[in-house]
Amino acid sequence: MSKELIRLADCTMAFDEDIVLDKINLRIQDKEFLTLLGPSGCGKTTTLRIIGGFQTPTSGDVLFDGVRINAVPPHKRTINTVFQKYALFPHLNVYENIAFGLRIPKADAKGGKVKLPEEEIDRRVTEMLEVVNLKGFEKRRITQLSGGQQQRVAIARALVNQPKVLLLDEPLGALDLKLRKDMQNELKRIQKAMEITFVYVTHDQEEALAMSDTVVVMDAGRIQQIGSPEDIYNEPQNAFVADFIGESNIIDGIMRADGVVEIFNRRFQCLDGGFEKDEAVDVVIRPEDVDIVPEDQGQLKGTVTSVTFKGMQYDIIVDFYGFKWLIQTTDLSPVGSRIGIKIDPDGIHVMKKSEYSGMFGDYSSYSEEYEEISSADPDGEGSGDEE
Amino acid sequence: MKSKLSWFAAPYVVWMALMVVIPILIMVVYAFTAADAADFEGTLENFSEMGSYASVFLRSFRLALVATLVCLLIGYPVSYWMAHEGPGFQRVAMALIMLPMWMNFLLRTYSWMSILENNGLLNQLFRAIGLTWLLGVDYIPMIGTSGAVVLGMVYNYLPFMVLPIYSVIIKLDHSLLEAARDLGADDQRVFRKVILPLSLPGVLSGVTMVFVPSVSTFAISRLLGGGTQIMLGDLIEQQFLGGAYNPHLGAAISMVMMVIVVVCMAVMNHFGEGEEQAVML
Repeated sequence: MSKELIRLADCTMAFDEDIVLDKINLRIQDKEFLTLLGPSGCGKTTTLRIIGGFQTPTSGDVLFDGVRINAVPPHKRTINTVFQKYALFPHLNVYENIAFGLRIPKADAKGGKVKLPEEEIDRRVTEMLEVVNLKGFEKRRITQLSGGQQQRVAIARALVNQPKVLLLDEPLGALDLKLRKDMQNELKRIQKAMEITFVYVTHDQEEALAMSDTVVVMDAGRIQQIGSPEDIYNEPQNAFVADFIGESNIIDGIMRADGVVEIFNRRFQCLDGGFEKDEAVDVVIRPEDVDIVPEDQGQLKGTVTSVTFKGMQYDIIVDFYGFKWLIQTTDLSPVGSRIGIKIDPDGIHVMKKSEYSGMFGDYSSYSEEYEEISSADPDGEGSGDEE
Repeated sequence: MKSKLSWFAAPYVVWMALMVVIPILIMVVYAFTAADAADFEGTLENFSEMGSYASVFLRSFRLALVATLVCLLIGYPVSYWMAHEGPGFQRVAMALIMLPMWMNFLLRTYSWMSILENNGLLNQLFRAIGLTWLLGVDYIPMIGTSGAVVLGMVYNYLPFMVLPIYSVIIKLDHSLLEAARDLGADDQRVFRKVILPLSLPGVLSGVTMVFVPSVSTFAISRLLGGGTQIMLGDLIEQQFLGGAYNPHLGAAISMVMMVIVVVCMAVMNHFGEGEEQAVML
């Protein structure tokens, strides 16, 4: 269907002794929307900067269209970047900001330099202003624009050069929630319309799921999983991915046979296979995949220990034999009541044990963890501290 | 007064009124009156008299302009270079630039005299290496030339050029330079299109801080110009303290100089207005 445009092969990045990227292997297809997703310090921004040419990997190769570009400086790459804080030129107005790249003479076939004619520049800037809905803003100073408008100028300034790849470094981080949602749609629309490869960096999993063709989940300088948003959500490869993308109950289990996993000494039907007999595994159960039934009909029985009203649903914490699960339900079960649960086979996802086993997915310390999740505001962490 | 704290500014406001505003008013009155006028009768005599000093005006502005240009040509690269070195280097460089300023200005200028004199250090050196013999002269005249005056100005005022430019460049947002590179600009273009325009406010204040004291100096031109390079400052001083005692003329010259300087600065700041805003960002 599409061809490979960029490849990172065994890319390692180390600052002094500090390894930021550990042998990353990544293929980016032409015209796809690929998101690098991970917590701050996971190496996603470094990966982006390597593609952009602002950093040279300590070892490994960067290939663009099959050509090694490790040593090619940023201004010679057909890649443009939308920077985290936009980095618009304050001494130029909106028009001149967008025209900046167009005004740079380009090398022609004979090795000479050609300047774009002024009409051509004007046509393309005007066209771009339309694409980002900023017609009539040509003469505005950058300081007179709102955050969302500055964002659009930054996107226009990059796209007007007709790059093969657009890199976006947490571009929506500084915007408020409503504007973020609008800009997400807008970006997706622009990407489709202009048929450009987008490489997008974010720590916001919802944003990643909503926009991407491919999501690359990163942690600790390594790629944890590459896949479509559905794959990443439904088939997380390890506890880190399961926990980082959405809410997950992660329980120790034993694979008794293909399609049969044992949790809390009870056997459950599942759809996974290919494990050793009696292999210890991590089992992921999403809070929305659990059905609440009367206690006597439940596969497992537990006590409700906490209820939070979330608008669309209740988040309840249920204690099963000392292990606490998060369950999302539309029916209220009061604190202290005994309930039973049922889980369909496709609601159970089995993963191999990993270094992340036992670190996530237990809601025993529910309240604290919940604080953490809700305070993971877009511009707080993850912005800037990994440069 | 909006807040009670504003009252703390009162001493300075009084000081300004007494030491800046009132003297200027006195100067204006002097400039428009004559010594022999019985009752403060307005006259433009002082200004018409000034025509004979046109050459001094010209020389003052010419030398100050040259000194400012030289300061800019030396100061900008130095500031740029300093801003791109490590913090340790910056501290040392800053200390070295400031060091001469901790010494009295007159002392420093006197020491330049002893360096530039006909029998001074430099000429002794030239003699020792045989340069004077080669040229067939006893000494190379340096003191008493306009070059010496410019040298004195540059030496004394260079830090005032370096500091503002340096402080603007060091504060430049690095991501702007990356953005320019990302958009296809090579190093030279990044400098021309981003760094230079964004450092203009520093250049403007540097130019002001060098040009204004240079144009009105009298010590430098007296000591290093050897009386042959009379500048506006000397001329004014002569009207108040020297043999050509005429405070009214002195006041008129001061006023004209001040007006010219203010106009120059206003024009420059007008050009720099856009960039000024840019730095406020």
